[in-house]
Amino acid sequence: MQLLTNRAQLVDRKPMTFIERLYLWNIAKGMIITFSHLFKKKPTINYPEQKRPFSPVFRGLHILNRDEEGRERCTACGLCAVACPAEAITMEAAERKNGEENLYREEKYAARYEINMLRCIFCGLCEEACPKDAIYLSETFAPANFQRKGFIYGKPDLLIPHPIEKPEEYKKALGNRVVREVQ
Amino acid sequence: MSEERKLIKVTIDNITIDVEPGTSILNAARSIGGDVAPPAMCYYSKLKGSGGKCRTCLVEVAAGSTADPRPMPKLVASCRTNVMDGMIVKNITSEKVMDARNGVVEFLLINHPLDCPICDQAGECHLQDLSYEHGKESTRYEFKRRTFEKHDLGPYIQLHMTRCILCYRCVFTADQLTNKRVHGVLDRGDHSEIATFIEKNLDNDFIGNVIDVCPVGALTDKTFRFKNRVWFTKPVDAHCNCSKCCGEVQLWMRGDEVFRVTARKDEWGEIKDSTKGGTGWICNECRFEKKSLKDWVVEGPSVINRHSVISQGHYVDLVTPKETISAVMGGRSPKLLMNIHDESDVNKQNIELSKLNRPAHSDDFA
Repeated sequence: MQLLTNRAQLVDRKPMTFIERLYLWNIAKGMIITFSHLFKKKPTINYPEQKRPFSPVFRGLHILNRDEEGRERCTACGLCAVACPAEAITMEAAERKNGEENLYREEKYAARYEINMLRCIFCGLCEEACPKDAIYLSETFAPANFQRKGFIYGKPDLLIPHPIEKPEEYKKALGNRVVREVQ
Repeated sequence: MSEERKLIKVTIDNITIDVEPGTSILNAARSIGGDVAPPAMCYYSKLKGSGGKCRTCLVEVAAGSTADPRPMPKLVASCRTNVMDGMIVKNITSEKVMDARNGVVEFLLINHPLDCPICDQAGECHLQDLSYEHGKESTRYEFKRRTFEKHDLGPYIQLHMTRCILCYRCVFTADQLTNKRVHGVLDRGDHSEIATFIEKNLDNDFIGNVIDVCPVGALTDKTFRFKNRVWFTKPVDAHCNCSKCCGEVQLWMRGDEVFRVTARKDEWGEIKDSTKGGTGWICNECRFEKKSLKDWVVEGPSVINRHSVISQGHYVDLVTPKETISAVMGGRSPKLLMNIHDESDVNKQNIELSKLNRPAHSDDFA
């Protein structure tokens, strides 16, 4: 076969000599590599105690956002669900009653909002689709669970803590992301 | 005039067709179909006297007729201008028209709220489509948008006056379909609003059709309000034996639940003619009260334009592959590790939202 480039090298299929068959040099070469790693910096970290920083574009667990007064931003418009390629998001909407104005930002809100984390592929399309800046992907990942039913995340799991009642937890959940101001 | 009427020639966007004299440019363009047909927000072919208000159907007349081939000096509203023999009309081929239409859309959106995420009309809204094609990304309007005091139009129809573009279609509907119109446009100019002068319910038998003719989300179905987004429901054609109306409707279903009943629409978003002849207006009882599959004979899924958001998740010509797991496992079916209905709070079997004749509230989910 004619070689098109000179990058390919033909395999040397000559029978090995006696010295080569002893593999002494090859074993020594391998050991040099192995022992040299003893003196290099360790790439592993002690995971639960130490944590690596996430990339600023990391897409983790979803959070349902609240506005600065602590009202839920989500209006159950269904754009996240229609954008979701894995069909992981379902919701049921309700009308805000009189006296619930401090709970929900708009006239309509998501009474039920569920993300099936078993289906979710963390693509972030829901975040992109959201016109109300209500859902975004945080800097944590879904914790492991022994049972599948633990991965159906409802509103209590997804909602961000109240910014006025629990400011520290809210800050922590918000992470280092710059949140867009959407009217 | 002789009995036999001569057809006249009209050229719209370089496509020549023969139409009857007395046809409007809009209807001539609609008979060609496709992109050539100008959009219309206020004109409704099934309603006498409609049109001429929204100005979205403006077209350029490059030559008035063979007898007088001078162009018309200004853009004309195609729904109100009749064709002449030898008329040459430019719609999408005219830059002037496109520019004017962009301006009209911008004016229509000046006072229109940006609440599509809440609005039940989203997904089947003509203004949404229009602004998607012609609108700007943001508004240049700096002042407060007009708002109105809320008017209650009774248990069936929800009025959102802020969304209204004053097309008058609902007024014509009430005039031509019902024996007594109780709503109309009050005040004038910037203050004009659709309302009943004294708080009054709209409860005429055919008044529900104002929901279907409304091009925006100003008049929506209260029994469907906030229940579901149109693109999550599956439209099917159905009929029933109704003594008052033609009984031919479209059901918007989710599973076995009938969430909404509307009249069937054609490709221009107008109510189709029924098979019995005449426009397929439907009565209030069919629209608001028959929310059970037992009331209807389902004919089959409605044909939805592939480009509409409503067609999302409608997998046509789907071939389900043969299930081989049980054959491999010797007749046993695989163990279900989780039934989503046991875990999920959404779509609970014991709560039938479609049966509520009002929007769901927080206590419905308690």
